[in-house]
Amino acid sequence: MIEMKEVYKIYPNGVKAINGINVSIHPGEFVYVVGPSGAGKSTFIKMMYREEKPTKGKILINNKDLGSMKEKEIPYVRREIGVVFQDFKLLPSLTVFENVAFALEVIGEQPSIIKKKVLEVLDLVQLKHKARQFPDQLSGGEQQRVSIARSIVNHPEVVIADEPTGNLDPDTSWEIMKTLEEINNRGTTVVMATHNKEIVNSMKKRVIAIEDGMIVRDEARGEYGIYD
Amino acid sequence: MIKTLSRHLRESFRSLGRNTWMTFASISAVTVTLILVGVFLVIMLNLNNMASNAEKEVEVKVLIDLTANQKQQDELKAEIEKIPEISDVKYSSKDDELKALIKSFGENGQSMGLVDQENPLNDAFIVKTTDPHDTPKVAKKLENLKGTYKVTYGKEEVSRLFNVVGVARNVGIALIIGLLFTAMFLISNTIKITIFARRKEIEIMKLVGATNWFIRWPFFIEGLLLGVFGSIIPIAVLLGTYQYAVGWVAPRVQGSFISMLPYNPFVYQVSLVLLLIGAIIGVWGSLTSIRKFLKV
Repeated sequence: MIEMKEVYKIYPNGVKAINGINVSIHPGEFVYVVGPSGAGKSTFIKMMYREEKPTKGKILINNKDLGSMKEKEIPYVRREIGVVFQDFKLLPSLTVFENVAFALEVIGEQPSIIKKKVLEVLDLVQLKHKARQFPDQLSGGEQQRVSIARSIVNHPEVVIADEPTGNLDPDTSWEIMKTLEEINNRGTTVVMATHNKEIVNSMKKRVIAIEDGMIVRDEARGEYGIYD
Repeated sequence: MIKTLSRHLRESFRSLGRNTWMTFASISAVTVTLILVGVFLVIMLNLNNMASNAEKEVEVKVLIDLTANQKQQDELKAEIEKIPEISDVKYSSKDDELKALIKSFGENGQSMGLVDQENPLNDAFIVKTTDPHDTPKVAKKLENLKGTYKVTYGKEEVSRLFNVVGVARNVGIALIIGLLFTAMFLISNTIKITIFARRKEIEIMKLVGATNWFIRWPFFIEGLLLGVFGSIIPIAVLLGTYQYAVGWVAPRVQGSFISMLPYNPFVYQVSLVLLLIGAIIGVWGSLTSIRKFLKV
């Protein structure tokens, strides 16, 4: 459950990125966040995993307010949220297995549990056979699937994806969407910011459109609309 | 816990190995700093020791009024002994005083022929204080006692010695602080470079929910290692050379109140101090450089 109440974000340089957003996203939903570049999409997404702190208002994730939360508690909230990026953010010196395992190692998980969980998610993204390879030996789509595997290896309730297909060709993009849909079917909430019109229009999921830091459209089975 | 600790240790050694030159530069900086710190410490502590030895030698001499008879002298002695800061009172007759004076002039004293003439000196009480710092205060009290002609003590010598030690100490402390900052700055730069190299890793660690301390540990250990490694040579130098320094100084100052602090436990104490200083500047340097990278 993600809930935003009267959220504002003004950056120190005076840019008003978010101007009063109210929204709730329910468990198990699949939500697209669309809008023109510079509309506040990115800020909206970043506030959900507390990369950015709201200037005003409440952001509740599983009933914990990210706005008023102490710095010390942030790591623990992040363990309940998986994040996927346009540029994958994989570590080039680690193998596929190690990249996924990294997310569990740094939160102090037991080695035996790490192995079991990593193999599980690699199986889910169909990359078990490439576990020993390094990121630069994989295609872009495969790399993104590794990063998705890493984001879900800790069984988060929410996966937040910021333009996950932004660097990929159309065919590969569909591959990624299939993977994200699979994850969503298992009950994980997925929030995805995207510029990919074809995907949004054909999937018929909830669409939240943001312009000038405000939600201008929120449809249960929405379309992309007319942006660049 | 042990598992994560060994992970942090591995990470620290790996990044030290990766930045060979910066590692070498910071360890050298710590080494040079600590050698100088060590030398200053040894000199200062010895000077301090000498000063306090000298202080103990300081006596206050109460010259007894020439007109005082035996009874008055006894009363004066009783009065002196009542002063709480005083540890010892000794009587020295004017003949004793003269002998001591002649002795202090050495060869020349004999030729002055003072012995033949009438002894112009006073009988005296030689007084020692428990704490040498109380000497001036005690001297003042003694002056006011009945039967006292004059009170003298090595005012000049003591204050000159204190001045020398004080100046040496201040100069030494200023230099050491400057050097410590330089070494700390170099360490913090080394760590900063390793942090830059691992920025992506840190970013991912933060995103997947690693705690700040988990991220900090390897750098913390890295700084600690730089400091501790840097203290090895200075400690070795100290342990290996101090006894030669003692051996060199001792015969040259024989008979005076100057004596060097003995090897054991002095060098081990200084070694420990050097190790601690190394560790502290290492950790301090690393913590200052991580701080801003960990802001959410």
